[in-house]
Amino acid sequence: MTPDDEPLLIADGLTKWYGRQLGCRDVSFSLYAGEVLAVVGESGSGKTTLLQLLAGQFEASAGRVSYRMRDGVTRDLSTLSEAERRFLFRTDWGYVQQDATLGLRMGVSAGGNVGERLMAVGARHYGEIRHAAESWLDRVEIDIARIDETPRSYSGGMRQRLQIARNLVTQPRLVFMDEPTGGLDVSVQARLLDLLRSLVRDLGLAAIVVTHDLAVARLLSHRIMVMKDGEVIETGLTDQVLDDPREAYTQLLVSSILPA
Amino acid sequence: MYVAAKGGERAIEAAHRLLAHERRGDPSVPELTLAQIGEQLTLAVDRVMTEGSLYDRELAALAIKQARGDLIEAIFLLRAFRTTLPRFGASEPLDTSAMQMRRRISATFKDLPGGQILGPTFDYTHRLLDPELAAGEAPHPPSRAPSSDAAMPRVTDFLADDDLIERSPGADTDAAVGDLTQTPLEFPAGRDVRLQNLARGDEGFLLALGYSTQRGYGRTHPFAGEIRMGEVEVSFHAEEVGFAVPLGRITVTECQTVNQFQGSATEPPRFTRGYGLCFGHCERKAMAMALVDRALRTRELGQEINAPAQDEEFVLSHSDNVQATGFVEHLKLPHYVDFQAELGLLRKMRTEFDAAREPEATREAAE
Amino acid sequence: MNAQAYNFAYLDEQTKRMIRRAILKAVAVPGYQVPFASREMPMPYGWGTGGVQVTAAVLGPDDVLKVIDQGSDDTTNAVSIRKFFAKTAGVATTTRTEDATVIQTRHRIPEAQLTEDQILVFQVPIPEPLRFLEPRETETRRMHALADYGVMHVKLYEDIARHGHIATTYAYPVKVADRYVMDPSPTPKFDNPKMDNCPALQLFGAGREKRIYAIPPYTSVVSLDFEDHPFEPYRQDAPCALCGATDSYLDEVIMDDRGSRMFVCSDSDYCASRRDAAAPAEQAGAAHDA
Repeated sequence: MTPDDEPLLIADGLTKWYGRQLGCRDVSFSLYAGEVLAVVGESGSGKTTLLQLLAGQFEASAGRVSYRMRDGVTRDLSTLSEAERRFLFRTDWGYVQQDATLGLRMGVSAGGNVGERLMAVGARHYGEIRHAAESWLDRVEIDIARIDETPRSYSGGMRQRLQIARNLVTQPRLVFMDEPTGGLDVSVQARLLDLLRSLVRDLGLAAIVVTHDLAVARLLSHRIMVMKDGEVIETGLTDQVLDDPREAYTQLLVSSILPA
Repeated sequence: MYVAAKGGERAIEAAHRLLAHERRGDPSVPELTLAQIGEQLTLAVDRVMTEGSLYDRELAALAIKQARGDLIEAIFLLRAFRTTLPRFGASEPLDTSAMQMRRRISATFKDLPGGQILGPTFDYTHRLLDPELAAGEAPHPPSRAPSSDAAMPRVTDFLADDDLIERSPGADTDAAVGDLTQTPLEFPAGRDVRLQNLARGDEGFLLALGYSTQRGYGRTHPFAGEIRMGEVEVSFHAEEVGFAVPLGRITVTECQTVNQFQGSATEPPRFTRGYGLCFGHCERKAMAMALVDRALRTRELGQEINAPAQDEEFVLSHSDNVQATGFVEHLKLPHYVDFQAELGLLRKMRTEFDAAREPEATREAAE
Repeated sequence: MNAQAYNFAYLDEQTKRMIRRAILKAVAVPGYQVPFASREMPMPYGWGTGGVQVTAAVLGPDDVLKVIDQGSDDTTNAVSIRKFFAKTAGVATTTRTEDATVIQTRHRIPEAQLTEDQILVFQVPIPEPLRFLEPRETETRRMHALADYGVMHVKLYEDIARHGHIATTYAYPVKVADRYVMDPSPTPKFDNPKMDNCPALQLFGAGREKRIYAIPPYTSVVSLDFEDHPFEPYRQDAPCALCGATDSYLDEVIMDDRGSRMFVCSDSDYCASRRDAAAPAEQAGAAHDA
C-alpha cells in the first residue's frame, strides 16, 4: 500500500460515558486524505462529543484514535506527549469552532490571528508573516485593508472566514469543523460553504464536519455518518444515503429538509 | 550648578522621627497602653492575630499601637515577627466540638440541643451612636447562669447522621498538611492550602467575594448551619513523652455553612459544606470564609466555574493583604528610569505621527 | 518579650539553605523560574524582598555590598536596604561598582563592566514575561515547559502593526541559553545587551511572586525581535551634563518651571568616577571631553 492508500485517521470503537450518560458508543471509521466526512444528527445525538474525542480534547472511555503523522508513522493519539499533541494541533490539524469568538483571539488583529501559528513554529520575519497573512485573508475573501483590525469589528461571516484562515495557514492535512455555518444568515452560509468547498478541493484537505444541517453535509462531504442517541445508525456515500436512506430515522431526517 | 541630591539617608531618618512623634500625638493626652488595646479594642486584636497568623494578644496589641491603628500595617508587623520564630511542628487538630462555647447560633433549626446562645454580639443592637460612651462606660453586670454540661453537638453532625450532608473528607493521616509559609502556593491547590490562604486572607476581600456569591455570582444557597465562638484547647504531640500535651487554650470562631444539595448518577443528593475558622471573635471573617470556601469547591463538586469567587487562581492570588499592599504601595518607589524609556518611545512616535500628517497640513493650508 | 538577636543577614540558616537550593536549580536551568518559599521580610512585598532574600542567602562576612535603585546609591530604598544589611550582616558596603562583590539593584545594570568575581542581584516585581498575555499561572507554566512562546511574538507583531515599533521599552523579554523566555526585570532595554555573555553571575529574586531565576556567567541572552525589526537599545540623544558620557543611560532632570531640562547619568557611581578621573586633568588646565 502506498502512503496515500493508508487511512489518515482511524477511529476504533470510540466510546464516551459521562457518568451514567452516554456521549457516544462504539464509533469506528477510517478517513482518507482529501476526504470529507459529515457527521449528522440532532442535538444530543453525540456528534459533537465524537468530534471532541477525535480531536483529542478529552479521553475516551473506550476505543482508540490513530493518526498518520507527517512522517508516515501511524500513532495512537493517546500515546502522544503533551508537546507532540500541541504541535500537531498547531500544524497538521485545524479546528473550526461554531462560535468564532472561541477560535480567535478577539483582542488581536486579523493579521496577528492568522500569523500566530507561523510565529508559534518559528517564523521571525514580520514582513513575511504579514504577507502570508494578507494572502490568506485574500484567499478567504476578506479585504486585506482590514488586516490590522481586530475581529471585534468583523461580521459573523467574516469572523468565521478569519477562523478558517487562521487554521489553514500551516497547511494542515485534517480539519475538524463544528457546525461551521451555525448562527449565520442563509446567504452568508452559502458563501461560506462555497469557500469551504473550494478550499477543501484546492488544498486536498481531509475534514470531519459536524452538522445538523443536511444541506451542509450534501454540499461539503463525500461520506456521511448519521448519529442518534450516541450511536451511528447509518453510514455511506453522502449522495447515496441522502437520496436513498435505509434507516427509518435517516428517512425522517431527510424528509424534514425544507425544499430549497 | 546641578549637584546630584544626596541626603536620602538623612531624609529617611528625619521622616521616621516625625512618624514616632505623630504616633504619640499630643503628649498631654495619656499614652495608649497595650492592656487598653487588648481589653477594649479586642476585635481589632482578633483580626490582627487571624490575618497575622499568630496567636498572641499582647504582640498583636503592640503591633496595633506601633501601626497607629492601621490594621494591615499591624498584620504586616506580626507576620514579619512570625517569620523569625522557631517552629516546633504542627499541633493536633483543634476539637471544636469540645469548645467551651460563649456563643452558638444556628439558622437552620429553630431549636437544638444546647440551645441558641447569643453571647456578646452586636446583632440586634440599634446602630445609634451613643454619646454617653464618650464620657465613659460603667456597664451593668451581665446576667449569669451556671454553665451547662449539656452536650452541644453540631448541626452538621445531625445532618451527617441522617446522611443528608456530604461527609467531610477523611483526613489522610499519612499526608502532611500543606503550609503556605513553608512552600509556595501552586495551582490547582488542595483544600487544606486553600483554607489556610483564606484564613490569612483579607477580611474585606473575602467579605466582598462572599457577598458576590449571595448576589448571584456563583450562587451556593448558603444557610448558616452553625456559628460557634469560644475556647478550645491546643495540644501538641511531644515525641519525648509519646502523647499529646496540652499547650493552652485559644479563642476561635467557627462557621459551618450548609449549602446547595447535589447528587449524581451514582450518589444520592446531599447538602454540601462550607467552612470558616479564625482566631478570636472574627465572625464576619469566618462567615465570609465559609462562603468563599464553598465557592472555591465548585470545581471538585463538578460544577461550572463562571464567577470570580469560584476562580481559585484569582481568589487565592489576591487574598493576602500584606502582599497586596506591598505591591500597590510600591508604586511610590521611584520608577523614573522606566518612565524615561517610555517617554523616549512616545516622543519618537509623536514625531513620526506629526511628520506623517505634515503633507496633509500643508495641503490644507494651500487650499 | 525579649529583644531579638538576628542571625547573620537576618535569615536563619535553614531558610538560607532553602533559598540556595532554589538558586542552584535556577543556575542549572538558565532563565527558568524556580518557585521558592519566600519569607515575610521586614520590608513590604514589592519593595525588594526577593532581592533581599537572594542577597542574604549569598552574602558572606567578607563580601562588599553595593545597593542601587534607578542606578543610584542614594535613592531612599537603596539606602534603606543597604542599612538593613549593614545592621544585620555587618558587611562592608560601598558605592563603587568595581569594589563590590555583591551588587543588589533595582531597575538598572551598572555601566561599568562586571567581572567574574561579582554577583548581580536583581529585584523583580513580576517574574513572568507572559503574565500580561496570559494571567493564569497554570497556563504559563505549561507554555514554558513546552517552549510554547508564539503568543509572545504575536504581541510584538501587534506592536509593530499598531505603532510601527515594538512598544516595550523596559522589562524587554529575552531568550536565555536559547531555551527559556525570561523577564530581565524592569531595566530599560538599553541594559539588555549587558546581560549577554556577562562574566558575573546574575540572580533574580521575586519575593511576592515567590520565584528565583538566574543567568550563569557567559550565557547567551538574546532580546526577542523580528529579523526585519531588530532589537535596538534606546538612549537619550545627549551627553551627560556632568561628566560628558555618551555611552551611559541618562536621567532627565527638570530644572525650572519653564521646563528647561538637563540629562545626567543614571548610574551615579559611573558618573562620579568619570568626573573624578577628569578632575586632575582639569586642574592641569587640559581640556576634557565635552
